[in-house]
Amino acid sequence: LGRCKILMNKGSATLSRCITIRLQTFWVQAQNPPLTLQFPMIQRCVTCYEGKVNRASWENGCAAVFAEALHLGNLLVRYGYIYPLKEPRALQLKPDESPYRFQTPYFWISTRWPATELDYAIYLAKKNIRKQGELMEYEKESYSQLHKRINHTWDFVVMQAREQLRASKQRRKADRMVLECQEQAYWLINRPPVGLSLGFLFSSMFFLFYSTLALGRNRVKSSICLEGFVKYSEQYHNQDPIMHGCLPSNPWISDDPAHWALNADQVSVPTRLRVERWSFSFMELLNDSMGRKEFMTYLEKEFSAENLCFWQACEDLRHGETSKIVQKVEEFLAPGAARWVNIDSKTMDKTMEGIKHPHRFVMDAAQMHIYFLMKKDSYPRYLKSELYKSMLAKAIVPQETKKSVFPFMRRQRHSSPSPAKVIATATEQDGQGAGQAGANSSAVSQV
Amino acid sequence: MRGVTSARQQHQLAEAGEPWWRQRESERKRPNTRTSSTIPSPLCASSLKMACQALQSGESLATLKNESDSLKKKLEEERAKLHDVELNQVAEKVELVSALSIRTRRVLKGHGNKVLCMDWCKDKRRLVSSSQDGKVIVWDGYTLNKEHAVTMPCTWVMACAYAPSGCAVACGGLDNKCSVYPLSLDKNENLAAKKKSVAMHTNYLSGCSFTNSDMQLLTSSGDGTCALWDVESGQLLQSFHGHTADVLSLNLAPSETGNTFVSGGCDKKANVWDMRSGQNVQSFETHDSDINCVKYYPTGDAFASASDDGTCRLYDLRADREVAVYQKDSIIFGASSVDFSLSGRLLFAGYNDYTINVWDVLKGNRISVLFGHENRVSCVKVSPDGTSFASASWDTSLRIWA
Repeated sequence: LGRCKILMNKGSATLSRCITIRLQTFWVQAQNPPLTLQFPMIQRCVTCYEGKVNRASWENGCAAVFAEALHLGNLLVRYGYIYPLKEPRALQLKPDESPYRFQTPYFWISTRWPATELDYAIYLAKKNIRKQGELMEYEKESYSQLHKRINHTWDFVVMQAREQLRASKQRRKADRMVLECQEQAYWLINRPPVGLSLGFLFSSMFFLFYSTLALGRNRVKSSICLEGFVKYSEQYHNQDPIMHGCLPSNPWISDDPAHWALNADQVSVPTRLRVERWSFSFMELLNDSMGRKEFMTYLEKEFSAENLCFWQACEDLRHGETSKIVQKVEEFLAPGAARWVNIDSKTMDKTMEGIKHPHRFVMDAAQMHIYFLMKKDSYPRYLKSELYKSMLAKAIVPQETKKSVFPFMRRQRHSSPSPAKVIATATEQDGQGAGQAGANSSAVSQV
Repeated sequence: MRGVTSARQQHQLAEAGEPWWRQRESERKRPNTRTSSTIPSPLCASSLKMACQALQSGESLATLKNESDSLKKKLEEERAKLHDVELNQVAEKVELVSALSIRTRRVLKGHGNKVLCMDWCKDKRRLVSSSQDGKVIVWDGYTLNKEHAVTMPCTWVMACAYAPSGCAVACGGLDNKCSVYPLSLDKNENLAAKKKSVAMHTNYLSGCSFTNSDMQLLTSSGDGTCALWDVESGQLLQSFHGHTADVLSLNLAPSETGNTFVSGGCDKKANVWDMRSGQNVQSFETHDSDINCVKYYPTGDAFASASDDGTCRLYDLRADREVAVYQKDSIIFGASSVDFSLSGRLLFAGYNDYTINVWDVLKGNRISVLFGHENRVSCVKVSPDGTSFASASWDTSLRIWA
């Protein structure tokens, strides 16, 4: 066998780097005829390397040497430099008489890294043709996945596979067998079935974890949920332009953008549909910038405007720049900031704890508390208030545009200022960063 | 290729104190943002431990499989317990939808190749679209004007999104990245120079969406993960692992607390995620094939999905089950995209047989079929105020319907 130096460190990269040229030539020589290797031989290599060439210790089967040889040998097998002949899928070194072979340097992972999808596809195609469809389960799955993924070069794959099979048929049977073993070993390393099992293991672990949680979840009866859909579509039926049409007309159909102008962000008098929508849910009121302004006015009258201010500041924190998080959280603690008097002590304590390590969601609990406070208390009262009722009364209901006498005459379509430009002008005027406007504003489109 | 600004330009920009997208590349912090797609994250520590223990104790994969199968059955039983009525039964008392006269109102021509994705701007008339040849175009849909055009360095730009402020667009595809382009109105300015690479995945980008502001971007990728990014720094804020195959689509929930989103993938699963913790909150697996698109119902209590098996399905989150299937024997081609009308009564679905079907969400029947495209419909989106919906197609055009 000769002396061979094997320097081992963890990781195949170091391993491959340290295998000397001498070893490589030896390895190549061990291909033809293929040298079969067994554990005791490996053990001997290790002892030679270790320098513990003490016949006595060797014959005593020194445990340390044994362990080292096993460890080193296992690494060699795992990284594909030696492959087992029996049970090729069990990538481990058995300390008995099981035969192993040296992998030809052509198939070392150090020389051929990474293994491409194309190569794997060709290998599977060859195997498929040779064994007439008898692939392992995981190979079958990989094959169909590859077929999907690199479908555009599939003709090439099949052609290559056929060519390689034809070339191999011209070899001697013994050589062909050796090559097949080597190739199989290579692919067992590079596309291990163990990986798939691990993947399955992880996904089934996930599923177990998830289903235990899911089993404990509170579900709502179908009748209640589905009833919710019916109610929602009835409530919003008039608001839906495709179902119900819109006033004065749908701009896409009539080429008249009046509908957009009447529903712009800031108008002096909103439309009736819009004001009605504020009464559908608290979220609708807050999502409309005009609605939010009206609500703020109402709260100011009730001396509880700080709730909405606080909520807005929390929103700003949640959706703003990461770099400004610390600064914004500090602003919450500064004197004169939106007071948090309306938060219960438990939430307050939790929040103060969290502020020690400020992050985007640190105010979440407090924000939610204030949100539901407003929703349950201030919002219903607002809807009953004079402010809202008068707004509803003076809201306009646009006249439906009469269909023009000459329906085929197309009106001129005017462009609107781009939202990008609108923000840029604001930047010039008040020198604020463009990011400020990002949070909740939508662009104004005016005709 | 990153945009290269000359030394003089850089100096000028630094002096002027320009907004975030004009910072020099080198100043931006770029930690290693590569997400490993093999190690599942949030439950990682505990499940990894469990997995290792299981392997060590010699518990075979077969017993594990049995256990998960029995749990699956139990879960189905629990779900079925509260299912006391079907959607179309509840909808019997609802009036039928009167005949809709939906027609093409605009045809946007200008792309040279298949249009893969589009998104509306909050101003209700502008939209951005991306195509296979790498072009991203911002249109004023109303006037048919092309306002901006960018050529991406990669082909197959499969995802694009308009920022809520209207000042930027995000797009990506085979380059495995999602880049944000601020929209400048200076005709002489090269948009590509200001490009900012935000997201980095290990496989193609299939979907992207801004969250409530311009500052955060949510992406889904062919590497099986979704991720939340901070636009300013390019930092990965949260990653979402759980899909076992490519994730093809995502959609943010319009809920009060605004913290969840749903994703659909090639593993036939639709998963609901909590953005804050990265946890998979709910999962649905009833489709027979890849899920191409997921979209929330306006209330955020349910979502619809479109799949290669030719069906669209509605899943209720509170009942934790599938509640409706929109299918017809005559539809054999896959559905690529869905969206709800403003009231949630109508479901618009684009198919690979070049048509768009309009479904009655409550009654489950098909209301009409819209013809017009000459190739697959890749994307369907309703405008923010519900006045129209746009469809993008492989026939290189976009159509706006109302």
